[in-house]
Amino acid sequence: MSAALLEVDSLSKRYPVTRRRLFRARRTGEIRAVDGVSFAIREGETLGLVGESGCGKTTTARAILNLVEPSEGIVRFEGRDIVPVFRAGDRAEVLRVRRSLQYVFQDPWLSLNPRWTIGETLKEPLRVHRPEARATWDARVAELLAMVGLEPHHAWRYPHEFSGGQRQRVGIARALAIEPKLLILDEPVSSLDVSVRAQILNLLVELQDRLGLAYLYISHDLASVRYVSTHVAVMYLGKMVEIAPVDELFAHPRHHYTRALLSAIPVPEPGAAGTRMALQGEVPSATRRPSGCPFHPRCPAALPVCAEVEPMLAGAGPDHRMACHNPAPAREEPSP
Amino acid sequence: MPSTLVSAADPPPAAAAPPAPLLRVEELRVHFHTRDGVVRAVDGVDYAVAPGETLGIVGESGSGKTVSSLATLGLVPPPARTAGGRILFEGEDLLRAPPRRMASIRGRRIAMIFQNPATSLNPILSVGAQLGEILTWHEKASRRDAEARVAELLRLVGITDAAARLRQYPHELSGGMKQRVGIARALLCNPALVLADEPTTALDVTIQAQILDLLADLQSRFGMAMVLVTHDMGVVARMAGRITVMYAGRVCETADARTIFAAPRHPYTRALLESMPRVDRAYAKGARAPLPTIPGRPPNLLNPPSGCRFHDRCPEAVAECRRVLPLETEIAPGHTVSCIRHGSAGIPA
Repeated sequence: MSAALLEVDSLSKRYPVTRRRLFRARRTGEIRAVDGVSFAIREGETLGLVGESGCGKTTTARAILNLVEPSEGIVRFEGRDIVPVFRAGDRAEVLRVRRSLQYVFQDPWLSLNPRWTIGETLKEPLRVHRPEARATWDARVAELLAMVGLEPHHAWRYPHEFSGGQRQRVGIARALAIEPKLLILDEPVSSLDVSVRAQILNLLVELQDRLGLAYLYISHDLASVRYVSTHVAVMYLGKMVEIAPVDELFAHPRHHYTRALLSAIPVPEPGAAGTRMALQGEVPSATRRPSGCPFHPRCPAALPVCAEVEPMLAGAGPDHRMACHNPAPAREEPSP
Repeated sequence: MPSTLVSAADPPPAAAAPPAPLLRVEELRVHFHTRDGVVRAVDGVDYAVAPGETLGIVGESGSGKTVSSLATLGLVPPPARTAGGRILFEGEDLLRAPPRRMASIRGRRIAMIFQNPATSLNPILSVGAQLGEILTWHEKASRRDAEARVAELLRLVGITDAAARLRQYPHELSGGMKQRVGIARALLCNPALVLADEPTTALDVTIQAQILDLLADLQSRFGMAMVLVTHDMGVVARMAGRITVMYAGRVCETADARTIFAAPRHPYTRALLESMPRVDRAYAKGARAPLPTIPGRPPNLLNPPSGCRFHDRCPEAVAECRRVLPLETEIAPGHTVSCIRHGSAGIPA
């Protein structure tokens, strides 16, 4: 087993909940947006991070890059803890870390500057990270455009002249400009149409195979997660509830939330007999987080202990970990 | 079972043929008059919905699926205008119905469930007020009767503590709860037809499953027909008896759901199904076969391709496809396709 490229250890992000008084705000509680999340990604791997809105997927990704400052935890990149690097704020050091870790945003309409040509957008990371190599910028832009399947003349166009799929290609090219080792992809295909979605997924897989990139792929679309990921982590209310290699997780989910999530996906096959596991109720608000296991009020297999003791992530098989007091049996074949 | 209004008084469908459809859309055209020219968003669309059945309309954004369902209620937004065709509902052409007649049909005989529950409810009216209003308007119900019926519907759509919810405002409800209110609103007058436009797209997948279960359950109780507009093939597979696939303002293929998924004929239907990754399939890593894709992108309807709208992206296209507009042709009972490579008739474009 090769060493991890990115290792996240007990990462947490908490936000204070305050009540405003006349002259001061009073802290009345806190929201644990991300609560002790740990995982590792090796070179060439893709970790799919899934969960429903508000479960902390995006906050986790942002905390890794210090786009929000983590409250606690260690983020090791190539063996080195990068949280103190961001905290110290030495520009040269920060840039060095950022060079290896890049972010592709969900919405290609909001994440490109409408007043910059595509060429200018793609040069921006070069301007920041490779100021000395000015002479090579244009060649690099052309190379990037070709890499993501666009034409050289697109460098002179503006974002409004592009379709959603093309813009997302630009977003990917921008992230690749400075040859990162890991891309954080935050719902990169959610805003795209079905026929275009497949094109972008193919591009991501092809780039990964060619450049040896690692991906952190965030999505609520489990079908695309199954296609691109080597490993999958499931989050619920800020906690990671299960993590396993992709086929293991889809075929043998142990945590009851994972099972419910997988069984809720409508399969494109009429009359597909699925024993669906209907979950009662909705995700509770993060300000009123249940005691013990955050999933226990909705869990069909909850025990009295679940309301009191928070389960820890524990081994459930090779490379498979989950946090549950009363998990589903290991090798029973669930019907998806 | 609540049913304040039974449709006995409504006229029987005029059409002759066997099982008379409740709704029949014929040659519908909706054009957007923009500064750059006329966008033919819906360009000659036909489909029919039988009483009690669910028709799924699938297609990508811009295929005209939403606009054609809005046209049914006379709700196409300016600068769009219906430019031709007929929408026969219980034998009456809605495109020619006077506004007052439409107002009495809308919400009573045909109701709509919108995509975004956050924007389709009135933020400054309580749930009880905005739902009760529908009953006082359509059925001249007293406020007390209206409130009782609203509370009953809220319970039916799975809202606990309905009496308290009546006094709440939309912002106090979660997304799933708002969509339940939206469904209750649609069912208040016991409509014969419900148009549901992406009713679960804004919701998380476990909530989506709850809402789909609810819709299926309500439909079996009330027996209303449903047009379910969506881009999600999984959702139509679960809900729809028949499916119409739209592309660039025209219908590609209509068949029962099993046929669409098991034996699709139109190249676009086939390409669409193949290009989706499947959650129930393992993909070998390292040597992942690329997903089959549809080259190019949907056409600009300001200046649509000649002949078949799909010909420039179609793997089976021949020179004739550019010159001939395919007509929907029945190639097997209940299965219509508009592709000249698959037995359709066509007219020179």
